[in-house]
Amino acid sequence: MNPSRPRALSLRGVTLAYDGHPAVQDLSGSFAQGSLTAIVGPNGSGKSTLLKGIVGLLQPVDGLIQQSAFGRGRIAYLPQHAEIERRFPISVIQTVVLGHWRRIGWAGAASPALREAAQRALAAVGLEGLERRPVETLSAGQFQRVLFARLIAQDAELILLDEPFAAIDWRTGDDLLRLIAGWHEEGRTVAAVLHDLDQVRAYFPEALLLARECVAWGPTREVLTSRNLQRARRLSGNWSVEPEEYRHVPA
Amino acid sequence: MALYDLAFGPFAEFGFMRRALVGCLALALGGGPIGTLLVIRRMSLMGDALSHAVLPGAALGFLFGGLSLPAMSLGGVCAGLAVALLSGLVTRLTPLREDASFAAFYLISLALGVLLVSMHGSNVDLLHLLFGSILAVDDTALMAIGAIATLSLLALAVIYRPLVVECFDPDFLRVVGGHGGLVHTIFLGLVVVNLVAAFQALGTLMAVGLMMLPAAAARFWVHELWALSVTSSALALASAFLGLLFSYHLDLPSGPAIVLVAGVAYFGSVLLGPRDSLRALYIRRGRLEARDAAAR
Repeated sequence: MNPSRPRALSLRGVTLAYDGHPAVQDLSGSFAQGSLTAIVGPNGSGKSTLLKGIVGLLQPVDGLIQQSAFGRGRIAYLPQHAEIERRFPISVIQTVVLGHWRRIGWAGAASPALREAAQRALAAVGLEGLERRPVETLSAGQFQRVLFARLIAQDAELILLDEPFAAIDWRTGDDLLRLIAGWHEEGRTVAAVLHDLDQVRAYFPEALLLARECVAWGPTREVLTSRNLQRARRLSGNWSVEPEEYRHVPA
Repeated sequence: MALYDLAFGPFAEFGFMRRALVGCLALALGGGPIGTLLVIRRMSLMGDALSHAVLPGAALGFLFGGLSLPAMSLGGVCAGLAVALLSGLVTRLTPLREDASFAAFYLISLALGVLLVSMHGSNVDLLHLLFGSILAVDDTALMAIGAIATLSLLALAVIYRPLVVECFDPDFLRVVGGHGGLVHTIFLGLVVVNLVAAFQALGTLMAVGLMMLPAAAARFWVHELWALSVTSSALALASAFLGLLFSYHLDLPSGPAIVLVAGVAYFGSVLLGPRDSLRALYIRRGRLEARDAAAR
């Protein structure tokens, strides 16, 4: 949130809601260019909703989300696991090539160069040799690696990850964390929804603690103090019980 | 020689049998990939609902134009598209799930269609609309079916990639700006025009049979999307060929005969297909048990 750094994305008074129930309220702040931010908070605190709002899957009911210097195509987004049709008959390499959507679109052919780039992305996530495998035969960890390869192929300036380490083993988690660190070194802006606070303290220089409203946003050690965490917990205790699956999410 | 006569004689001898077969070939070509995509997108019941939705439109066309093909087809397309759009709207604006809103609309359309025909037509007319008469397909109808199949294959070729992605990972398509909603709407439109094409031959109740049954059966034989489409087209054509022969030799109604042959192909695939069929599951379990026994 250092004002002297150029901003990749800024939010001004953003409120996001499902069916009139606010999930994120009056959030202001910005992701600096090249920053690596963890988004943390209790269940139902609006972390995933915030990412959906930024990538345009959900329109804010109030406020402004402003991207600087790059358009929609320059954002890459990793949704939560459950939202992809895993049994669809598509191969690993086909999935990764889709990362080039900006260049191939509806009907463009994937040139040999793009195919090679996809191949390299697959090698970077440690899945060489699985190019022709149908994705439904992959384990959860392997599938997550494929999605990371697709993110690499997208070559985006801003990368948003929704619980990238849920439901995968620690080794895959370590490998993927290394990839994220690599993106950070390349100067890309990365924000990830995470649960493991120790991991956040160890690897993520900045953090946003969310409890529908912003509790704290800045350098991780200033955000994840016991006082802030307690406040987030107290705020979440006030919410009416509303399990997420009962919310109507437009298809 | 007797077998040859049995299998090809009717087609060599009678123009109406040839026209029926060519009509089914066109229906199979368009219906194969569309049925496959419906199955993969878990929209099988929606295909069924849309086929019933065609009825009141066709009935209105019948009221104004009698048993005229263009009038009934136009009505059918309009009613099918209206139901597709309305149920999409209800799903988007209310918490009712898409399958439930489709079911509601199709029950209403079915009742409305039967009512409209009964008011001004005979039971024979109603049966004609519900079950079609492929042996009465004339040259105009054949041209219409062929045109729709051609248009469908061309349109599918254009929207193929976004359609596939919209099904596999819809959020991804929206984030990269791939116009998923537009693609979905075009696809529903293709489903409707293909059902109207099939309705002339098989009637509104059976139209979806030649589309869904081969597509559901193909799943037990092959895996990739193109292979599923080709297999289901081939199965549909084979069902039509055998169904027409049964209908000719045993004097059965042609529409139900064709759909029943497709049904037999479906059951055969569930039992015997090489992928995920009951036989394949049984063999795999046998192997696992044998391995366990060897380990002990």
